[in-house]
Amino acid sequence: MITFMNNSDSEEEPCNERTSLMSAESPPVPSYQDGLQASEAGEAQAHRKRRAGSNRGPNNITGGETSGSGVPVRERALENEEEELTLKYGAKHVIMLFVPVTLCMIVVVATIKSVRFYTEKNGQLIYTPFSEDTPSVGQRLLNSVLNTIIMISVIIVMTVFLVLLYKYRCYKFIHGWLILSSLMLLFLFTYIYLGEVLKTYNVAMDYPTLFIVIWNFGAVGMICIHWKGPLQLQQAYLIMISALMALVFIKYLPEWSAWVILGAISIYDLMAVLCPKGPLRMLVETAQERNEPIFPALIYSSAMMWTVGMAKPDTAARGTSQQTWDAAEDGREHLRSPSHAESQMSETRSPVPTRPVTALEELEEEERGVKLGLGDFIFYSVLVGKAAATASGDWNTTLACFVAILIGLCLTLLLLAVFKKALPALPISITFGLIFYFSTDNLVRPFMDTLASHQLYI
Amino acid sequence: PAFGLFLFTIARDPLRIIILIAGAFFWLVSLLLSSLIWFIAVKASDPQDERLQKGLLIFGVMFSVLLQEAFRFLYYKLLRKAIEGLVALSEDGCSPISIQQMAYVAGLGFGLMSGAFSMINLLADALGPGTVGIHGDSQLYFLTSAFMTMVLIFLHTFWGILFFHGCEHRRWWEIAAVVIMHLTVSGSSFCNPLYVGSLVPSYLLMAASATWAYLLSGGSAQNLQRFLLCKC
Repeated sequence: MITFMNNSDSEEEPCNERTSLMSAESPPVPSYQDGLQASEAGEAQAHRKRRAGSNRGPNNITGGETSGSGVPVRERALENEEEELTLKYGAKHVIMLFVPVTLCMIVVVATIKSVRFYTEKNGQLIYTPFSEDTPSVGQRLLNSVLNTIIMISVIIVMTVFLVLLYKYRCYKFIHGWLILSSLMLLFLFTYIYLGEVLKTYNVAMDYPTLFIVIWNFGAVGMICIHWKGPLQLQQAYLIMISALMALVFIKYLPEWSAWVILGAISIYDLMAVLCPKGPLRMLVETAQERNEPIFPALIYSSAMMWTVGMAKPDTAARGTSQQTWDAAEDGREHLRSPSHAESQMSETRSPVPTRPVTALEELEEEERGVKLGLGDFIFYSVLVGKAAATASGDWNTTLACFVAILIGLCLTLLLLAVFKKALPALPISITFGLIFYFSTDNLVRPFMDTLASHQLYI
Repeated sequence: PAFGLFLFTIARDPLRIIILIAGAFFWLVSLLLSSLIWFIAVKASDPQDERLQKGLLIFGVMFSVLLQEAFRFLYYKLLRKAIEGLVALSEDGCSPISIQQMAYVAGLGFGLMSGAFSMINLLADALGPGTVGIHGDSQLYFLTSAFMTMVLIFLHTFWGILFFHGCEHRRWWEIAAVVIMHLTVSGSSFCNPLYVGSLVPSYLLMAASATWAYLLSGGSAQNLQRFLLCKC
């Protein structure tokens, strides 16, 4: 399937790039922080109009725009209260993220377990040219390491390219690229996925029906992700495309390469977000300086601002980049998952920079949410899916990886609350996941099998 | 039933979900360490010697039980610190979740994870074709496994409450009782497939722990009567 692979290649490019970029730019913490601070400030002074401004004030002094001046003072007074509210809302936000990550993983695991297609080896991506069918272990290891190096360098190149494009304001190009890639995801991958599922369950479907279904699905998806749409529908679409992407990765990445790539990408994520010269960090900073939203469709946001009454179309746009940028601006506070900055920084933040007064009225309603990049979703699901696909202890290993990833996410969000700046969401979770996968597969499985065969209980 | 417990009591409050998952994580880590020890022991010993293998298995089980309780203790310590943090951060000086609730949730987390690990492969195999006990093993394998798992989940929950209560009030004998009970239950499972030997004591112990935990949590016979007779 040369064409498919090409498509997926191009598809993946934007995805990789976006995700990598997003990682850099979407420190998971900030958005979370913003939301928290905003909500806290709001709680403290419900009638205050300067909520948004004040929230931003202390955190983003450089970016503070309209409400910057008077806000800092009030900010400090509020900071303590905000701190308190931080942890209180913390649990809620963590759950708001647990649910979509869990859903995505469930979809991926269910598909892997039932549909044979995704576990067959039908070739490799052009990004991982070295095959793993070599006789010796050393050769195989070498091949997987080389594959990883190629993949990571592709991602780095894409990320840097995107950052450059962003810096030089080639917005049209970026938007076109994103639209093209999401188009491809929504239509092509869904078509393949649906075909395979129908094949597995031996259900016949004629082409016209298929066409109508996929067309509707894709069109609504495009609108939801790139423009306006109900929050839950948008979240559902983002989860679905992450799952589809993860399935593609699981199918087309050879075994050892997949694990090494997971490890390498979390290291890359760590560096890209935290190093001062990291591309993702530069992207976030640039976005913040310009008070623009980060790219749409790259970030998953758990809450939206309901600026229905507002005249500003920007603020109303949900997932779009405008939001994300605004959010980014709102500050470093938006430490939303660095892995993929896509998450729209609390949209509430977006309107704030421009119209603090008007925006604030709407702010009362909304909830600050945390944003997590879509790349994070994808890689978490790849890990769990691979565990489900290749582990011989099957469900135990999958379950162990699942719990490990959730705990990693918890810890990352905790760090976010503590550090209040963008943090990479991948490293901790992926590390835990990898450790648990390998140890459960090799150590726990024989133990549990022996126990079960004797029906012993511990 | 455990899943029902989860839905009704935990799914509402996000903090409890986090504590639950963290509890499951701690159980998992304890399992990991104990299986590591067992694995090393097995590798270092002669695989042909049946008695030795069985002995090692028993040793592994006991060690695992002890390790689980140790991790329960560690988790208790962590939750104490967390409560202090929550109290400091809350507005009115009292934490949003009490230590008893945490004990319940932690116990449930442990139980769910242990139950899941015990049952899930069985369930997956049960979906497929096959005959139970075709090689002369008991035909009630699935049923007894299910019951045993359920009793173990409940036991873990009650032990959680008892354990935390013991730690709170520094009653070491409570903690020791929990450990001994756990060892007894695991030991009784060695009687399998003589199910009378394992299921019956386990259920009895569960009833005992349940009443003990209920009394510790402030319940009493009057409360129970009131609850059952009039739902107000």
